[in-house]
Amino acid sequence: MPTTAVSTPAPQGAGRQPQRVSGGLLDPKQLLRSLPDAFRKLDPRLMVRNPVMFVVEVGAVLTTLSAVRTPSVFAWVITAWLWLTSVFANLAEAVAEGRGKAQAETLRRTRTTVTARRLVGWRPGATDTVEEEVPGVDLRLGDQVVVEAGQVIPGDGDVVEGIASVDESAITGESAPVIRESGGDRSAVTGGTKVLSDRIVVKITSKPGETFIDRMIALVEGASRQKTPNEIALNILLASLTIIFLIAVVTLQPFAAFAGAEQPIVILVALVVALIPTTIGALLSAIGIAGMDRLVQRNVLAMSGHAVEAAGDVNTLLLDKTGTITLGNRQAAEFLPVHGVSVEELADAAQLSSIADETPEGRSIVVLAKQRYALRGRGTGELDRAEFVPFTAQSRMSGVDLDDSGEIRSLRKGAATAVMRWVRENGGHPTADVGQLVDGISASGGTPLVVGQVSRHGAVRTARVLGVIHLKDILKEGMRERFDELRRMGIRTVMITGDNPLTAYAIAQEAGVDDFLAEATPEDKMALIRREQEGGKLVAMTGDGTNDAPALAQADVGVAMNTGTSAAKEAGNMVDLDSNPTKLIEIVEIGKQLLITRGALTTFSIANDVAKYFAIIPAMFAGVYPGLDRLNIMRLHSPTSAIASAIVFNALIIIALIPLALRGVRYRPSSAAELLGRNIWMYGLGGLVLPFIGIKLLDLGIQFIPGLR
Amino acid sequence: MDDTLAGWLQVIALVVALALSFRPLGDYMARALTGERHWRAERLIYRAGGVNGDVDQRWSVYLRSALAFAAVSVLFLYGFLRLQSHFPLSLGMKPVSADLSFNTAASFVTNTNWQAYSGESAMGYLVQMAGLAVQNFVSAAVGIAVVAALIRGFTRKQTDRVGNFWVDVTRIVLRVLLPMSVVFAIVLVAAGVMQNFHGAYDIATIAGGHQTLTGGPVASQEAIKELGTNGGGFYNANSAHPFENPSALTNLIEIYLLLVISFSLPRTFGAMVGDHRQGYAIVAVMAVIWTASVAIVTANELHSVSSTVGHTAGAMAEGKETRFGIWASALFAVSTTLTSCGAVNSAHDSYTPGGGGMTIFDMMLGEIAPGGTGSGLYGILILAVVAVFVAGLMVGRTPEYLGKKLRGREMKFASLYILTTPALVLVGAGLAMAFPGERAAMLNSGAHGFSEVLYALTSVANNNGSAFAGLSANTVWYNTVLGVIMILGRFLPMVFVLALAGSLAGQRPVPVTAGTLPTHRPQFVGLLTGVILIVVGLTYFPALALGPLAEGLH
Repeated sequence: MPTTAVSTPAPQGAGRQPQRVSGGLLDPKQLLRSLPDAFRKLDPRLMVRNPVMFVVEVGAVLTTLSAVRTPSVFAWVITAWLWLTSVFANLAEAVAEGRGKAQAETLRRTRTTVTARRLVGWRPGATDTVEEEVPGVDLRLGDQVVVEAGQVIPGDGDVVEGIASVDESAITGESAPVIRESGGDRSAVTGGTKVLSDRIVVKITSKPGETFIDRMIALVEGASRQKTPNEIALNILLASLTIIFLIAVVTLQPFAAFAGAEQPIVILVALVVALIPTTIGALLSAIGIAGMDRLVQRNVLAMSGHAVEAAGDVNTLLLDKTGTITLGNRQAAEFLPVHGVSVEELADAAQLSSIADETPEGRSIVVLAKQRYALRGRGTGELDRAEFVPFTAQSRMSGVDLDDSGEIRSLRKGAATAVMRWVRENGGHPTADVGQLVDGISASGGTPLVVGQVSRHGAVRTARVLGVIHLKDILKEGMRERFDELRRMGIRTVMITGDNPLTAYAIAQEAGVDDFLAEATPEDKMALIRREQEGGKLVAMTGDGTNDAPALAQADVGVAMNTGTSAAKEAGNMVDLDSNPTKLIEIVEIGKQLLITRGALTTFSIANDVAKYFAIIPAMFAGVYPGLDRLNIMRLHSPTSAIASAIVFNALIIIALIPLALRGVRYRPSSAAELLGRNIWMYGLGGLVLPFIGIKLLDLGIQFIPGLR
Repeated sequence: MDDTLAGWLQVIALVVALALSFRPLGDYMARALTGERHWRAERLIYRAGGVNGDVDQRWSVYLRSALAFAAVSVLFLYGFLRLQSHFPLSLGMKPVSADLSFNTAASFVTNTNWQAYSGESAMGYLVQMAGLAVQNFVSAAVGIAVVAALIRGFTRKQTDRVGNFWVDVTRIVLRVLLPMSVVFAIVLVAAGVMQNFHGAYDIATIAGGHQTLTGGPVASQEAIKELGTNGGGFYNANSAHPFENPSALTNLIEIYLLLVISFSLPRTFGAMVGDHRQGYAIVAVMAVIWTASVAIVTANELHSVSSTVGHTAGAMAEGKETRFGIWASALFAVSTTLTSCGAVNSAHDSYTPGGGGMTIFDMMLGEIAPGGTGSGLYGILILAVVAVFVAGLMVGRTPEYLGKKLRGREMKFASLYILTTPALVLVGAGLAMAFPGERAAMLNSGAHGFSEVLYALTSVANNNGSAFAGLSANTVWYNTVLGVIMILGRFLPMVFVLALAGSLAGQRPVPVTAGTLPTHRPQFVGLLTGVILIVVGLTYFPALALGPLAEGLH
């Protein structure tokens, strides 16, 4: 495991207790490391992009000038803390970016100059091609290169010839090699990954500088970061609140002058900074960067922040049955003998017929017989004169012929129609209960495998059906609870499967999904997405094949599997490096968490103002209107200590909330009303009460500082 | 009867009457605004105006129509006032001065009805009836028309049409305001309100002096004055004048009239968006704020101490009519400042700091509980948009209200809306306080004097029109500045509301799921109330601290 960035893929599929979306912890050293960056960002040309913090910086300049002209301890303390407020805001952003920078560094190393072996005039099967060596950066779209064991693939592309094992740890962090082969849905290779065995010919599909790794670097560094629609909307609201408070304070001066309490510029600036929503203003961009970063930590690359936000809005999830809802393979769950046959006899026959069957289904039959009926799994060598009959598409059954001292016993298992025909051809008459058993299993969503036996003793032939094996799709653990959660969040789940409608229905019932699409073709998927979108819904899906590409492009959130084709990766707006379709649910949760964090801190920030008013207004005017001292409900020591405490609190709360901004607020899937209720209590009421306590505590200390008494 | 009992009975009677009107009037207005058929009279009006009543307008055209209509109205009224001596029924009144004419024209066209003149000594009958009263009808109708366009923004899908301004205004005047005004004018006449063309009465008083009292077509003005939340009185004393408001009964009727349309419009909203619960949530917020406000003002007037007259026997009756008493005066004061009506039956200047401060705060809320006709509903809907935006984020989705997403564009217009009025109030008050000449117009000094100025600016920027009294506002400076602020305070928000309507109408609605923030539950009522109080409280706290708070806290 390289110590990169993209660390361990988190265990998936979660058990009963849903996985919490959480981010990495904040390392205090990271704050120090980011400090130079934070100071660099004080450049007004950069600050102006954040209207709230720009006002703080302008305020800091004004108080600095004022403090120089009429120096006092109070003026300098306020000035210093206003500058610190700006620095803390930049620090939040710098820390968030810093995490991405480290990841980008490791990625960059993989991009070192590679020499490519370009093939001139390559055609499939051609042997007469000329090979030339060119620098990797000179490769153009459509060039073909050959890569052999030990060499680094020079650019993104599709394998057009050969098969190879590839080490993709540079991008996925997963050290186990993966197989890449021409044709099919496992043909995409990524530049910077390393071929471990064999030889492949790769057709380059990316322009230089626009490879997957290049894009990844840009993404994790935040270089290509643009404000997302929701962030823009929130910024507008914050800017207008800032303007309102600015007006409220500027116009306060003539009112104050009339009352005979004209205020020094330092105090007016302090009031503005205390009132404008600095907390959320300072943390807003860090929240966005951290949201993308949380995805990266889960090995998901979002091509835009827009996609992350859309994930929070998703109404419908299209989930592939295999790999997402069920484990990859079916497993034997039960042996159902016909009348007159004991279960043990059937289990024994089923096991014998499956000994040479290396498919997961076959193995599961052997295991089930062993576990439930204590039948020892027999190795293929143990049986004398056994002839194994492999599965073919024509016969649709497999089995074994045993020569048991003159008596030849043939056992077959397979599709019901195939085995029953085989029994009839050999003179047997399957009883009616076979049909019943088969239908029962099909109706329950399982797959029936019929076991038949033909014994030849000389010229005497007896053929009969012994029973049926119930093969079942094994649901991933905890999926039902997850779908219940999704339903509570207002998200509809649709299972996509190639199974027939009957089987699909049964599995859908068992898994608890809301709907299913059986015998799904890519066209069906596309039509389903369109239909949902017609109704104003947002759709998320995962896909890997080239034929998924149109649907991935159409979906609002299209998560392409990294193992998939480059067409799929191109079409989607996210790539899952672990190729784990279950992750779609986590992506939705991260999207929601991102928005909730913004909303919660906005609420917190605005609620904070109440306490600051109660600190600053009496401090400003209790001199002329002694009655206003009754608003000083915190009983702060003096006007100067009160204002200083409010400003210091205002700055420190930013630092205190950086970890929350980076980690995201706690999110538990539940209905909108519950979520809102909880967050209002926590961040609304908390935001109202906390500063009263905080400012009072600060005042208890600050009142002893000479000059602030 | 005991004062307290009488007070409670009045409040209960009022609430019952409003509750009974809520459904029928709300549903009726919804039908008027959505019906396909035109009345014959309406068709005649469209033909005369060259309007095609069957074609809906884009938001920009709707806005242009509203602004053009207002511009023509201001010019017409200005000319009327300047030339009133040339018209019949002028009672020999002189032409109104240029600055006062501008102020008055702006005031009536913007539904503010700020009056820097005395009706009985400055305006003839014709100007009152054909000039001012006409604006009382149409300015109220314009407010309802604009909120109808906003509601259509929520209900319509992927269209750029938000309705037809001319149709909306015509229907509201003909189908709602005119019939109700006629009925209630008759009711008021029956209850003793003056209605004649008698001119001046010369009366010998008991003390042996002479008094000149002017009669006039008062009841017909009075009904629409309250119903359209206009508030411009026939007499200077407004609803404190015995000819306008002779008894406790007419007082109660007038309070009912000034509240009934604005309190019923949420029902219209619920009916138009096809979910009555949404309307109930909005009306609940209005009711909570109104009830709390009535309680605070009444309690202050009953138990607190006036800053201007101190704690002497009967001190609290200062500035209040004895025939109404404290309860009915407080009820009227709260209702008139929470709607953008601005009619008064007592002098708010004489209220306790708590009571008077509350009336200022009521107006600062932006006239939304229940607010002016139409403008109250669009005001609260904009605040609902802001509340939904913040709350929507907290449930982890792009915020959506009534199926429409609130993105950058929508938030831009909503933000500009909530920015406009505070800016006008505070900048206006700041200017007034910065000029020594304008400060001299105050009657009182110190914090109470500042309250007078703050009240005036708050009143005009929010298109309320009531006066704290005390401030001599008929100066060229105040007439001009307040006139400009009234116009900006009325039409800038309308620009943003209609732009928002256009932006919403163009969207495809989002289906409601369990993940959608529910906007019909008590939770949302609490949230919206909280957002309104906090946003307004934070904006005006410093100004209030130097006015009513400084007075009230000893």
